Amino acid sequence: MDRPKSVPSGQPGDRPSVPEQRSTSGPYLRVDDLRVRFDTEDGVVRAVDGVSFTVERGRTLGIVGESGSGKSVTSLAILGLHNAKRTTITGEISVGGRQLVGLPEEEVRRLRGRDMAMIFQDPLSALHPYYTVGRQIAEAYRVHHPGAGRREARQRAVDMLGRVGIPQPARRFDQYPHEFSGGMRQRAMIAMALVNDPDLVIADEPTTALDVTVQAQILDLLADLQAEFHSAIIMITHDLGVVSQVADDVLVMYGGRAVERGSVEQVLRRPQHPYTWGLLSSVPSLHGDADEDLVPIRGNPPSLINLPSGCSFHPRCRYADRNGDRSRTEVPQLRPAGGEGHLVACHLSTEERTRLYREDIAHVGVAR
Amino acid sequence: MWGSLGEREERSAAEYRSRERRQAPMSEVSVAPSAAEPLLRVRGLAKHFPVRTGFRGQSLVRAVDGLDFDVRPGETLGLVGESGCGKTTTGRMLVRLLEPTAGTIEFEGRDITHAGRRQLRPLRQDLQIIFQDPYASLNPRHTVGRIIAMPLQVNGIEPPGGVKARVQELLEIVGLNPEHYNRYPHEFSGGQRQRIGIARALALRPKLIVADEPVSALDVSIQAQVVNLLRQLQRDLELAFVFIAHDLAVVRHFCQRVAVMYLGKIVEIGDRVDIYERPQHPYTRALLSAIPDVTKLGPGGRIRLTGDVPTPLDPPSGCRFRTRCWKAQEICATEEPALVSRGGGQAIACHFPESGPVAGESGGTAGVTVEEVSK
Repeated sequence: MDRPKSVPSGQPGDRPSVPEQRSTSGPYLRVDDLRVRFDTEDGVVRAVDGVSFTVERGRTLGIVGESGSGKSVTSLAILGLHNAKRTTITGEISVGGRQLVGLPEEEVRRLRGRDMAMIFQDPLSALHPYYTVGRQIAEAYRVHHPGAGRREARQRAVDMLGRVGIPQPARRFDQYPHEFSGGMRQRAMIAMALVNDPDLVIADEPTTALDVTVQAQILDLLADLQAEFHSAIIMITHDLGVVSQVADDVLVMYGGRAVERGSVEQVLRRPQHPYTWGLLSSVPSLHGDADEDLVPIRGNPPSLINLPSGCSFHPRCRYADRNGDRSRTEVPQLRPAGGEGHLVACHLSTEERTRLYREDIAHVGVAR
Repeated sequence: MWGSLGEREERSAAEYRSRERRQAPMSEVSVAPSAAEPLLRVRGLAKHFPVRTGFRGQSLVRAVDGLDFDVRPGETLGLVGESGCGKTTTGRMLVRLLEPTAGTIEFEGRDITHAGRRQLRPLRQDLQIIFQDPYASLNPRHTVGRIIAMPLQVNGIEPPGGVKARVQELLEIVGLNPEHYNRYPHEFSGGQRQRIGIARALALRPKLIVADEPVSALDVSIQAQVVNLLRQLQRDLELAFVFIAHDLAVVRHFCQRVAVMYLGKIVEIGDRVDIYERPQHPYTRALLSAIPDVTKLGPGGRIRLTGDVPTPLDPPSGCRFRTRCWKAQEICATEEPALVSRGGGQAIACHFPESGPVAGESGGTAGVTVEEVSK
């Protein structure tokens, strides 16, 4: 708990070489059989239903899924940001060797912002409009450095603003969020998230609200900062293009469950789950035949209150009836899918999937 | 239907109500011009918004600042660009939800730039719009049947076979169950709502549809469904489209011609293959290379544009892109480049256009230009 963080007023890059006191070797973040349930008037929502993954320092995990797939709920659970009265969280979340599920709120709060931080999609609603940008960043610093004075915190915030590429950081410190452009606001949010030098950064659609040329800048910035700080990053996105650029590993979620997991190479180049195929063939490409129709996934994403039985993707799956009734009755578990560390939750056999992929999918959209 | 109630702007809602009161029979259908003539001809189109600055000051946001383009019958033109480039403002002026500050809009040879409500009524049958937000653009208190029938009612049209039959036919055309006539918008998903908006736009059998980011609010898998639907409708009904979008990959799949906008100006316009394979404006190249490409893993060679789009309150002198352009020279600050045709329907507004194709599929789009950046 009292692990010294970066030296006060030091440069952001001056990560102290004090050995980890609590963390054991192995992945920095370990999520095991995470389940998040909300009790609502309409019934129980199983927003996350048994998801497991790990992220190591210096690595980026991309979590991909459509709205309602549980990707954002997973990240909020890791940060302990769910309303405890209405939410039931079970399973294991271990950050740097510390078990978070069941930890008192006080202790989670001490970790949040210091050991783990979040970059939100919409910086305009995540930044407080009444306070200057600099004051908010300095506050984030002082909360976790009670000994730090005002000037020191200011210096640290100005350093951070400069580090994320904001010109004239000392002047920008005293400006309000509305005086920043969209890209600058997102940079300021990143500065705030990184001001305490966290080991785990969760970025929830950090570039979705931005224009492509600014998105490219922000993705570059995140990659540079990761190389410098050696943090573990979870990148939550619906954009497979973003994933292909920044992720080392990919987790594909559907209806609150993981349907495929593997390295970015495995998931995007040799995808195994029909849902991943559907995503890839739905995305229009900048290359190839522009007159070809896209191959969408039929139907709509399921309601989490009333998930389809068995494999929750089966009503939309073109291949669901190849296993008799299995897809309708039995929830598929993640199983090895061929490549090392590549897992898929599908009742089709590996041989059949390989054949279907080659015959039906490999030539459409970006799957090409 | 114009500026339907879901539209956030009160002005549109007021327009809508006044139109509803004065239901008049449709006037005679105009004689269609010859196919060679453009359906829509836009010249020098501009929209300046006055904004208050400081305590008493007032200045102008030049949201759209002089556009020239044509849309031929059955043609699909994509308007692309980043936020603030004026593409949505342009779309709204085309359907006259906004009053242009300058320039002309001709539809089938008639000047409609400042046409009054009475003159516009017959036109609105030919010129329809699909909005971005499928939640805000449908009245939650109206049934789907009523929403789709509204354009018919407002224009006093009694389709053969009755309104209900026509609405059910439209529901079927857009891939919805005709039995869902009596349901309300909240009973539908985002993709289905967008289909309802499309059915409403089709109700009057228009010749031109302005589609303002019609798929950007939808999930990836649903986006593909709606893009396919629009493509099919465009082919089957020979509709002309002005398709406004920021996603260049979607535009490539839908549009025959593409206009790239930057700060209220068209910087490059051309056929799809010109824009995507042989872009000549540095901004078009930068935009294309900034798109994260699923077919390439890892951060590829990209043109890194620095900074954000400048404010349209005070756009840079000369070429508006010069502050972010790696090729900018003195002349770019003093002289505004005109949109000059370079043959084959491609026109570029740049003093130093790029030449040669971008590197092929496997070579990486940015391969050529990245070197130039580092110079």
